[in-house]
Amino acid sequence: MSEFMDIITASNLTYGQKLIHLAQAAENCEHPIPTTPEFDWFFERDAICDMHEGNAPYRPRYICCDMERFARQGSDFLRLDAPDNLDDLLMNLQILYQNVPSVTGRPVYVGQLDRLFDPYLDGLSDEEILPRFKRFLNYIDRTVASGYCHANLGPEDTRAGRLLLQADAEVQNAVPNFTLKYEEGITPDDFARLALKTSMACANPAYANHRMHKHTYAAPVDGPADGYTVVSCYNVLPIRGGAYCLDRVKLSQLADLATSPEHLLNELLPNATGALLEYMDARIKFLVEDSNFFQTSFLVREGLIDRDRFVGMFGMIGMHECIEKLLGPGHVYGTDPEANDLADQIMTKMTAQVQAWDAPYSEIGNGRYMMHAQAGFGDQTSSTPGVRIRVGEEPEVFFDHLRHCARMHRFFKAGVSDIFPVEPTAAQNVDALLDVIKGAFAIDDTYLSFYPSDSDLVRITGFLVKRSEMEKFARGEAVLADTSHDGEGNWRANHLADRKVRLG
Amino acid sequence: MELTAPVNKVIPFSLVDGPGSRCSVFLQGCNIACAYCHNPETQNLCLGCGLCVEQCPAGALSWENGRVRWDKDACVQCDTCIHVCPHKASPKIEWLTPGEVFETVHSYQPFIRGVTVSGGECMLRADWMRELFALCRAAGLGTLIDSNGCVPFEEHLDLLDVADGVMLDVKAWDEGTFARLTSGDVCVVKRNLALLAERNKIEELRIVVVPGWNDPEATIAGIADALGEKTATTKLKLIRFRRFGVVGALANANSPTDERMSELEALAREAGFGQVELR
Repeated sequence: MSEFMDIITASNLTYGQKLIHLAQAAENCEHPIPTTPEFDWFFERDAICDMHEGNAPYRPRYICCDMERFARQGSDFLRLDAPDNLDDLLMNLQILYQNVPSVTGRPVYVGQLDRLFDPYLDGLSDEEILPRFKRFLNYIDRTVASGYCHANLGPEDTRAGRLLLQADAEVQNAVPNFTLKYEEGITPDDFARLALKTSMACANPAYANHRMHKHTYAAPVDGPADGYTVVSCYNVLPIRGGAYCLDRVKLSQLADLATSPEHLLNELLPNATGALLEYMDARIKFLVEDSNFFQTSFLVREGLIDRDRFVGMFGMIGMHECIEKLLGPGHVYGTDPEANDLADQIMTKMTAQVQAWDAPYSEIGNGRYMMHAQAGFGDQTSSTPGVRIRVGEEPEVFFDHLRHCARMHRFFKAGVSDIFPVEPTAAQNVDALLDVIKGAFAIDDTYLSFYPSDSDLVRITGFLVKRSEMEKFARGEAVLADTSHDGEGNWRANHLADRKVRLG
Repeated sequence: MELTAPVNKVIPFSLVDGPGSRCSVFLQGCNIACAYCHNPETQNLCLGCGLCVEQCPAGALSWENGRVRWDKDACVQCDTCIHVCPHKASPKIEWLTPGEVFETVHSYQPFIRGVTVSGGECMLRADWMRELFALCRAAGLGTLIDSNGCVPFEEHLDLLDVADGVMLDVKAWDEGTFARLTSGDVCVVKRNLALLAERNKIEELRIVVVPGWNDPEATIAGIADALGEKTATTKLKLIRFRRFGVVGALANANSPTDERMSELEALAREAGFGQVELR
């Protein structure tokens, strides 16, 4: 059977999932983006990867609409007036979400919901608001149905933020993923505690170091002052913009081609990095100049996104295996100083090369691509996410692990993260979790997330899935959220159930 | 000679030894012997009988000048030495100065808000603890004492000056009951309770509920009476007996039921405790 017929006749895909797969297969029949022989050489050896974004991009990978602007002005194209009340706002947003594309075909960003909702709560009691929030969250979970979809909160304490946390704990959904922007001194302890209690109840939210992120991108005119938002598996992107694409160097595979650490550092790494940079240029030029997305989308026309607030993300993955292959046994990445120093050297070199490259259409990145520690997807084996330490090799002492994270985080302005299952009893001492966040963020760790080790909701690369849904899919049944597909394979292939449980 | 104390272990992170993220230091040696002790191997100092040396499968124990020497790096933490010890002791301890322990604790900053010293019974090393706490405080770390209350705090008021508070066990209220359960004297505990309350140094009070062995109703009432109006602001933890790690008469005893724990919680609230936690 053809690839198309395989999709058409599949028994474990929903109608919506078949539609998405068929669209991808159709897109991949075209090959409009030229590649260099160098790119092809590394690509064939799986040392650089286009993330299966599709051969002919007709929409940016991630779109981060300025939802607050949408709330202020409504939409001509969608024939929506600016909302007068919370119900209007929630309905308008639900309509907008149906019209925001991304690489998954569905929105990866649904808004900074606390800032968005707070002005519309006057005159409503908590009892009136909570059921509305829960319905709204369920709507996103059941219609967007992709764990890459993300909402933001914080860093300020708001009534809307508190009620959203309460609603999220009650609905126990995998979608959307929540990030709390946290900054000591701005985020009150009391609000942080509520967030942590929620994390211990439903694995949401995760925590972004606001102090580190808030100066990454210039704020949009008349837009949110912090200028950024967190989407998908922790991509830090410009609000009212987004990411054109995410491509990556697979260090784990690149190391297979190396005869020595020097060979990798001095030849393979610069060549692969250069080849990927050229490819990203071509990809972005096609999207901007030929696809007509930015020329025709009502999102641009109505100012919900600006073309000049998009960036290309330069990704990497598989540091752990790369170091293992280069240095051999005895030098375990994460605990061995020589291994860690080599990793540092690799990242320093790669980052310098990326930052020296003149990236087209990258005004908001000051003419540069942004570094991202890519966390994988699907059932890929042999590549530990980004610069994370492989499951099973984590340092004995949690704090040593966090120090290592902070050291490696410094290279990635467009997102890098870690995931820690924690003792369920930590729910009774969330101050301890808060202390850990404060400590980690004080030493410049940029992002971390927790879930209780006995939770049904678990984090895969960063996105959330329900174990029970993964089990259903593994039995051959169709499930609503297609991130359960990615999650199921990844969970098994990377032994994620064996992640070291922290705070025990 | 610089002061040293027998350190059983230092754990970088504890969820249960006081508020927030804390480093816990466990000292070897206790002045009582509770029937429900979860760590009986911390009760006594090694006598040097040497029984464990020949049993150690890793060759981590040896004789040196009539004492058992423990090679930390060779040890595989199988705990054979602890299981064969007839004296409720452990050869796996280190005699460390306050400065040495502080270095370890300090290395866990900024992830911890404080240190809690426990045991064994840490008040047997009050002078050592005072020095450790002074160093911790200077580094911005909180300091808590976890004590069974059987050493008189009135003899160590200078320690209280550098301690944020005490997590105090009140294991029973009746003298005979207390003596049977612990071999100790509850009068000292009661004096400590009054002294610490007066100086606002009670971080929390703890009662382990052991069916048939202690008198939690009388203990709750006795504490409330002793604390007076401070009862409302004092945190009381009611802890279920669990047989994990226990040897001797209670090795196979049952935990109290959930109903029993709830009754006691209600009773504590009636007695005026504002913060009651079940564990």
